[in-house]
Amino acid sequence: MNPTSPMVALNQVRYQWPNGKQPVLSIDDFSIDASERVFLQGPSGSGKTTLLSLIAAVLTPQSGSIHVDGCELNSLRGGQRDQFRVDHIGLVFQQFNLLPFLSVKDNIQLPCRFSKARLAKVTDSGKSLNEETERLLVAMQLSPEKINEVSVSNLSVGQQQRVAVARALIGRPPLIIADEPTSALDSDTREAFIKLLFDEADAAQCAVLFVSHDASLASVFDRKLNLREINSAQIS
Amino acid sequence: MFSLALNSLRNRWSTALLAVLAIAMSVALIMSVEKIRRDARSSFTQTVSGTDLIVGARSGAVQLLLYSVFRIGNATNNISWESVEDVMANPAVDWVIPISLGDSHKGFRVLGTSQNYFTHYRYGDKRSIEFAGGQPFDDVFDAVLGADVAAELNYQLGDSIVVAHGTGRVGLVAHENQPFRVSGILKPTGTPVDRAVHVSLEGIEAMHVDWRNGAQVRGAATPADEIRAMNLQPKAVTALMVGLKSRAAVFRVQRAINTYREEPLLAILPGVALQELWNLIRVAEKALQGVSICVVFAGLVNLISVLLAGLNERRREMAVLRSAGARPAHIFRLLCFESVTLTLVGIVAGLVLHYTAMAIGALYIQQNYGLALTWALPNRTDWTILGAILIAGLFAGTIPALQAYRASLSDGLSQRL
Repeated sequence: MNPTSPMVALNQVRYQWPNGKQPVLSIDDFSIDASERVFLQGPSGSGKTTLLSLIAAVLTPQSGSIHVDGCELNSLRGGQRDQFRVDHIGLVFQQFNLLPFLSVKDNIQLPCRFSKARLAKVTDSGKSLNEETERLLVAMQLSPEKINEVSVSNLSVGQQQRVAVARALIGRPPLIIADEPTSALDSDTREAFIKLLFDEADAAQCAVLFVSHDASLASVFDRKLNLREINSAQIS
Repeated sequence: MFSLALNSLRNRWSTALLAVLAIAMSVALIMSVEKIRRDARSSFTQTVSGTDLIVGARSGAVQLLLYSVFRIGNATNNISWESVEDVMANPAVDWVIPISLGDSHKGFRVLGTSQNYFTHYRYGDKRSIEFAGGQPFDDVFDAVLGADVAAELNYQLGDSIVVAHGTGRVGLVAHENQPFRVSGILKPTGTPVDRAVHVSLEGIEAMHVDWRNGAQVRGAATPADEIRAMNLQPKAVTALMVGLKSRAAVFRVQRAINTYREEPLLAILPGVALQELWNLIRVAEKALQGVSICVVFAGLVNLISVLLAGLNERRREMAVLRSAGARPAHIFRLLCFESVTLTLVGIVAGLVLHYTAMAIGALYIQQNYGLALTWALPNRTDWTILGAILIAGLFAGTIPALQAYRASLSDGLSQRL
């Protein structure tokens, strides 16, 4: 990884849904630096999730190029895209991030099942997978006894979201994408949640792309932008 | 990966249980049908061996085989004693077992025969009849009981029994004044022999001394000793089992009997008649198999529907897995593994069900149909069937798996609820 090159770079990207008449996204130039925290705001339906899907290599743009961590996503095929995603990106969603039939520990360690790279990062740091899981739990202000909690549905929504962050952070992927992770939380826990996310992102030196429609959270981020500023597509 | 699938299944155990149950039922059914079919077949072929020809009044080969060997149905006509003597006089004939049917004892058939029955009758792998106790009949009023008769009616050696005319179970006129004595009890054979009361041909005649035209002569009760002194030479028998000195002569003797001028007779080769019987039964067998295959099919359709129905509510699960790095191929394998697991568990449960049902049902079937079910591990046919079901389960699983694969591709990371 070249430290001067951006973590995410979009260039002349156009995307439209298979049945759509016009592009939903048309971004000429957008980038995120390594370790940068970007707050992306936009009303619902403005194409936020579409943008995240493009960066996460789930969707492929009709034209333009997307680089993530120095890799041109268009050059990747099917399985490579999935592998790239799990190796480089930690994802947190609005809600229901966890598999109800897995314990807290197994939920957090899930990416390490699919990514040798992230498992290697854990073990290279001299910790066992369980030690790292426990460390993340503590960092997320969850009691380490919760590690063997069998049913994640016994956790509160706030706790579940913190477990989800722990999962996104395990194995230190260079980019964290969070899609409205706080919308199910009340305002008090929201800020605490973001603080925990940032502390760990600092430690892991990863970039954070945080999407929300709640502008009140934006102040703690390095950069705040509205999707409308970068998206020139006309949304009807 | 597999632990993921197992955990996920455990989370949905109640619907999974339904799928397993459907498969278990169909597996148990098809195994039981196969088992009964095979055991019926082997028990039929086991019943008679070492007999070269069966001779009876002219009728159909299958009918003669059924009433003479399996005691199913009744003879259309008898063979006169003169004809029996002529058959015995044939130089190619080694031995003859005469069989006289038509009477019963508490629902069990009474079989009049000669000492040859105990020395020449063979069943299974050329096994002869053995005595559990006592000896062959010696006196006119001696009777030898099959194993089931003695067991079910709780008879001991030396007991007196009364033989009725006709072959029904109840409501028949009993030959009360000529009681028989149990002289011997046979070991179980797993053939109709177990369910017969054997007496001498003279014994059959003795039962009917006071009978004229099928009705008891009023007031007549000839004492047993007087009957013993009578000429009890039978006038007719129902069928003959014939053993030849050389098997090579079988067709010559058969032809000689079939073209016998004094009386219309029919001689059959037991094996050939059995084959004819199979051809008759095959249609029913195929129908039975067809039905069980349909049940298996229904079980698999149920598996598909359970998996498909669960798929929609599992889209979230798929999306979480995808966001954590699972590829569509992983999701596909997950679903396939799931269906194979369900099928496998269903097969095992089906086998347990099958063996339990067999263990419970064997006694009932033995008592009511005289069919001995043997305990045996699944044979090659069974394994083939089970393997086919497993493979079918895998293929059935690919339908929801493909669906999940496509959904996981199109849903991407969005969490559709």
